[in-house]
Amino acid sequence: MDLFDKLKILTDAAKYDVACTSSGVDRSAARGGIGSAEACGICHTFAPDGRCVSLLKVLMTNRCAYDCRYCVNRRSHQTPRAEFTPRELADLTIGFYRRNYIEGLFLSSGVLKNPDYTCDRMIETLRILREEYRFGGYIHAKAIPGADRSLIERLGVLADRMSVNIELPSRQSLSLLAPDKSKASILKPMGEIRDGIRQNKTDLVRYRHTPRFVPAGQSTQMMIGATPDTDYRILNLAQGLYRNYGLKRVFYSAYLPVVENSLLPALGTRPPLLREHRLYQADWLLRFYGFSAEELLDPEHQNFNPYVDPKCNWALNHMEVFPMEVNRAPKELLLRVPGIGVTGVKRILTARRTASLDFEDLKKLGVVLKRAQYFVTCRGKSVPGLKLTRDSILRALLSSKELNLYSRDLDWGEAPQQLSFFGGAGPEREEVQRWLAI
Amino acid sequence: MAGNIIYRYDGSFEGLLCCVFESYERKEIPFAVLPPDDGQTMLAPEREIAADPEKAARVAASIPKKIGPEAAGFVKRAFLTCLPGKERHILLFLRLGYRQGPQVMGMLANDTVHVLFQAVNFLDRETHLLKGFLRFSEFDGALAAEIEPKNFVLPLLAPHFCARYPEERFLIYDRNHGAALVYRPYQTAIIPADRVELPEPDEREREARALWRLYYKTVEVEGRHNPACRRSHMPMRYWNCMTEFCERKEGQKNPPRTNRSGDQNQLPFICGS
Repeated sequence: MDLFDKLKILTDAAKYDVACTSSGVDRSAARGGIGSAEACGICHTFAPDGRCVSLLKVLMTNRCAYDCRYCVNRRSHQTPRAEFTPRELADLTIGFYRRNYIEGLFLSSGVLKNPDYTCDRMIETLRILREEYRFGGYIHAKAIPGADRSLIERLGVLADRMSVNIELPSRQSLSLLAPDKSKASILKPMGEIRDGIRQNKTDLVRYRHTPRFVPAGQSTQMMIGATPDTDYRILNLAQGLYRNYGLKRVFYSAYLPVVENSLLPALGTRPPLLREHRLYQADWLLRFYGFSAEELLDPEHQNFNPYVDPKCNWALNHMEVFPMEVNRAPKELLLRVPGIGVTGVKRILTARRTASLDFEDLKKLGVVLKRAQYFVTCRGKSVPGLKLTRDSILRALLSSKELNLYSRDLDWGEAPQQLSFFGGAGPEREEVQRWLAI
Repeated sequence: MAGNIIYRYDGSFEGLLCCVFESYERKEIPFAVLPPDDGQTMLAPEREIAADPEKAARVAASIPKKIGPEAAGFVKRAFLTCLPGKERHILLFLRLGYRQGPQVMGMLANDTVHVLFQAVNFLDRETHLLKGFLRFSEFDGALAAEIEPKNFVLPLLAPHFCARYPEERFLIYDRNHGAALVYRPYQTAIIPADRVELPEPDEREREARALWRLYYKTVEVEGRHNPACRRSHMPMRYWNCMTEFCERKEGQKNPPRTNRSGDQNQLPFICGS
């Protein structure tokens, strides 16, 4: 089997992993070495599906001892199998890196023989890169659940970021679909990495030359729409991971049926892309806008409104806070205005030090007035002629082109079918209709 | 005191600083500040502003002192942008800065400041994108790349690529601005280059390209196909120089596009504000 076949098979097997970021570390190449990293991350190209390609994302091997039902690489699946040797993969990475095709390597693997052996092979690849090539580029390594702690530590010193995929948002879903994995076996390495990072921080204070352990932090991902878990549950889980495990990112991946299984949505079911999008929006609100999961959803409203983004939704339900005077409102409140983002807030705070802002000025600062105008005043005045009731605002926001866009992507007729095995959980049709009826 | 006069400077940053000096000395604001190769004719008298290192140094030293070090870097970057009539915008910005002091950098809603900030944002964005989209090819152990940026990004790309490939020899050729960044271990230079012909790729290079194209094709999740999303993240004007979009077997890059955006500076200059 030549390199082309291997690359094709092992890319194909790895591409359903969503994480492809290269952020979190700043580093120049060492003398005699190659490769640097930028904290903001760099995208090197975008695949035809619109996803960023930053790292060479491949599996060490797609031979796997596990039989997770949702996975293309599960043991019982008839698919061509291949395996990189550590040397081969290191050479390929350097070849791509020199030509500026990639920012580094994203290395994951099927479980070959046992977790320890698999981890060993990955370590050998990273060792060749870091020690022989003196490679300073970005490396994201997947921790193999069940591998020995010392191996995870070694991997963490060689890599910039590590991740353990939580795969599914609840224990029930996990035991149903991934019989070889348990919640404990996933959270254990995650906790170990967290402790390693903490320990390393104190070590660095004491000994300047301590090798850095997972300097770009850890991330995880879970599938959306393979099981009946609600957005409320998912978002709470994400919040817990950010708070308790200090994760840098939680990725959500709309489940795309790749295998036929009675426990899973049928092949040909469209992935719930809008739902995924809403979760990412909410995720950003958690990390950068000072929202908490409980503010965005509650036990009565377990799923996001498909027609209004979470921030707008929150604003519409809290009209008592608005309208807000742009020239005086504190940062935390400005962040809650729909149409004003983190950059917009920063610019407003800077610009209002020297001048009192009006709506024209806001436009120059990059504020999306189409949204923000309903929620702010400038020098005490609103945009003339706007009706500022909840209903009128909702109608105004829904009348934009998004409505068409959303209704095209959303096939609500299929939703109950897709989830029939679990009973009709998921987005309530009535709720959507109620929203539309307003 | 807006004068009815056009400044003609030598096209260098120092020359522009001399225009600022002139503007203060004569207590006038020029109607336009034009580089020497700008062929447009306007119905206004022209004055040749000779570059004077002494005057330029005085202005250069005064910027960090009077307007702050941040503004000094900002103005230098503004000079690299493709903003039409950038020279006059920079001059107006500096005049405002001398009057307002360091706080001018925060006057984002001011028109003079806003125009320049937007242009610099575009420059920074394009630089950032090219850090990713630029593609090297290997020829006899040395690396070479071609780019077609709208802004003059080479001075900003240089530190990034020098920190990334300290032991390589490489060349980045900017087709639109006729300049090249040349690096060999621990020496960098940006030189004017009218035409750079890259040799035919050898066997190893062709294989690397084919592997990369294979990877690019394979990595898409077909069920999520979304070309509009790709275009918005990666505008098509960058594709011309990217390996994954050059399907032809030989010939490293697609031919230069006929519409050179460097020519934009030669478009009729309209003094709007």
